[in-house]
Amino acid sequence: MNFIKFHKKDIYISIISLLILISIALFIEHPWPRDFLVSIFSFGLLAMSLNMLIGFAGMVSFGHAAFFALGAYAFGLLLQNENFVMYFGQFSIPIAFVLSVLITGLYSAIIGIICVRLNDIYFAFLTLAFQMFLYSVIVSWVSLTGGDQGLMGGIPRPPFLGIDLSDSIHRYIFCSIIFVLCIFILRILNKSNFGYTLRLIRDNSERAEFIGIRVLRVKLICFVIASMMASVGGIIMALFTSGAYPEWAFWTQSGEAIFMIMLGGVSIFIGPLVGTILLRSINDIVQIYSSHSDLVIGIIIMIVVLGLRKGLVEYFLEKISFKKK
Amino acid sequence: MIDVDALLNCFGVASCAVNQLTSGLIIGMLLFLVASGLTLIFGVLNVINFAHGTFYMLGAYFAFSTYLLTESYLLSALIGALGAGFFGILFERFLISKVYGQDILMQLLVCYAFILITDDLVKIIWGSEYLSMGVPDEFRLPPFRVFGGFVPPLYAFLIILSLVIGVITIFLISKTRFGSIVRAAAENAKMVSALGIRVPLYFALLFGLGCALAGIAGALGAPVRSLTPGMGFGILIESFIVTVIGGMGSIPGALIAALILGITRSIGSVGFPLFVDGMMFVIMALVLIFKPTGLFVKGSSK
Repeated sequence: MNFIKFHKKDIYISIISLLILISIALFIEHPWPRDFLVSIFSFGLLAMSLNMLIGFAGMVSFGHAAFFALGAYAFGLLLQNENFVMYFGQFSIPIAFVLSVLITGLYSAIIGIICVRLNDIYFAFLTLAFQMFLYSVIVSWVSLTGGDQGLMGGIPRPPFLGIDLSDSIHRYIFCSIIFVLCIFILRILNKSNFGYTLRLIRDNSERAEFIGIRVLRVKLICFVIASMMASVGGIIMALFTSGAYPEWAFWTQSGEAIFMIMLGGVSIFIGPLVGTILLRSINDIVQIYSSHSDLVIGIIIMIVVLGLRKGLVEYFLEKISFKKK
Repeated sequence: MIDVDALLNCFGVASCAVNQLTSGLIIGMLLFLVASGLTLIFGVLNVINFAHGTFYMLGAYFAFSTYLLTESYLLSALIGALGAGFFGILFERFLISKVYGQDILMQLLVCYAFILITDDLVKIIWGSEYLSMGVPDEFRLPPFRVFGGFVPPLYAFLIILSLVIGVITIFLISKTRFGSIVRAAAENAKMVSALGIRVPLYFALLFGLGCALAGIAGALGAPVRSLTPGMGFGILIESFIVTVIGGMGSIPGALIAALILGITRSIGSVGFPLFVDGMMFVIMALVLIFKPTGLFVKGSSK
């Protein structure tokens, strides 16, 4: 098959990384690496999907975490609904998963129709504004979402097809499969005609228009796909914490995701993922030594942005290539 | 979703209507001051100051401390404005001007980092509890009676003062030498600097002016609002909505849009308390769909 031939390398890489991820669960008993990796899966998907907007299509969204949070809340609320679980029985989790992604897709399409027509600055601010709208709905609709306490009472995880997500090993393996699959899909999109169209729009949207591409429609599709990808990240986080929290919809979450992309660099496909690992590690280290982690992270961001003016990864890659010359 | 009875009850009684309208005007006028700073900076520098709310917060906290020391409301408002303006100039010179003309990603990150740092510093200096300044002694007077409703003198003073500040700002931009230099530099910075004018200095001053407007709004509002680290972000979003409705770069547009939002908010708190934020977004979305340039601006936002 052509598809397999064309993506041979990516398929190998995906399978090998999946095997490595699974073997971590099988050989290391301590839960720490698993917990750390699940948070990387979740926020990694947030950053990777945001990079689909920023890196591929040049649409700088400052409100991407809204879709992450919406996925998590939709998933949690569906499963907390007794009728839903009664009706779908052991298929509750897969169906809730698909439904939450679709709900997020629908919501992002509505937001997208309003936002994609606007230029850079407006787009960034408007996505941010809509994210804060979602945040205020979550915080003020206490009877449904639990307000600023978050979605309490745990999310039921009925076993399906022999997979029991309340078991931490099962959950970890399930999340790694979903994660690798999503990254693979993003990779395919990146290499596809669609991906090239997005880059054309990023570099010269007028020319794209002239050769007959419906720029707005392509942008909207990209926006919706990226949002659905982000919602998968949110669902993983909801599964992991057995809850959902309004902080995920807060603007700082989007700011963090942007910084992850900047750290890893937009020029490398896997960059945002590296950025996620870097920022998560920095976060964990800072939190051990200081109660004012925001202050320290803020200063780090200033140093990277104004000092290096590019991502850490790009910076070191350039250093290495200079030495070779 | 809309409680029609409560609305009719309130607007059937003159006193309730007067109270709601005054509180709407207060919200609107303070919002106008913040938004006019945002729109001013955007109009000239073509930068959206995502950290604008921070200067509102700084203004409020500076005013709070000054009031504790001097017990003078007017002095604290002045210090709030000057302090926010001063930090605005520092922010412009040392941080945001370094990323002018660059990728918007960089501007976002600089503002994001600045907000994180200042919010945490405010937490360290003033604590994370809610602070309240209380009504200053100068204004502990019996309220005016208007159509059976009560209007506290402080409210009347706030509304009039904000209007005066707005008029002065418009005058400064449209009639003075400073204003014409800044407007010329917005059109063609190179040409203006070729005439021997130090453009970066004027840009910094303008940025400071915009931040001072946010600061004075925070300072003036301190007696009627509570202070908390992170208080700036909500007002940033609202003033952005104002600039979208009124049109980016238009100060009169910002005034009208801010009043629309303020009154929507105060009426909403009676008629549809759970949907107040939602209503603001609906208004914004409608404007964006039918007139993306804003109601009071000619030209294109695309």
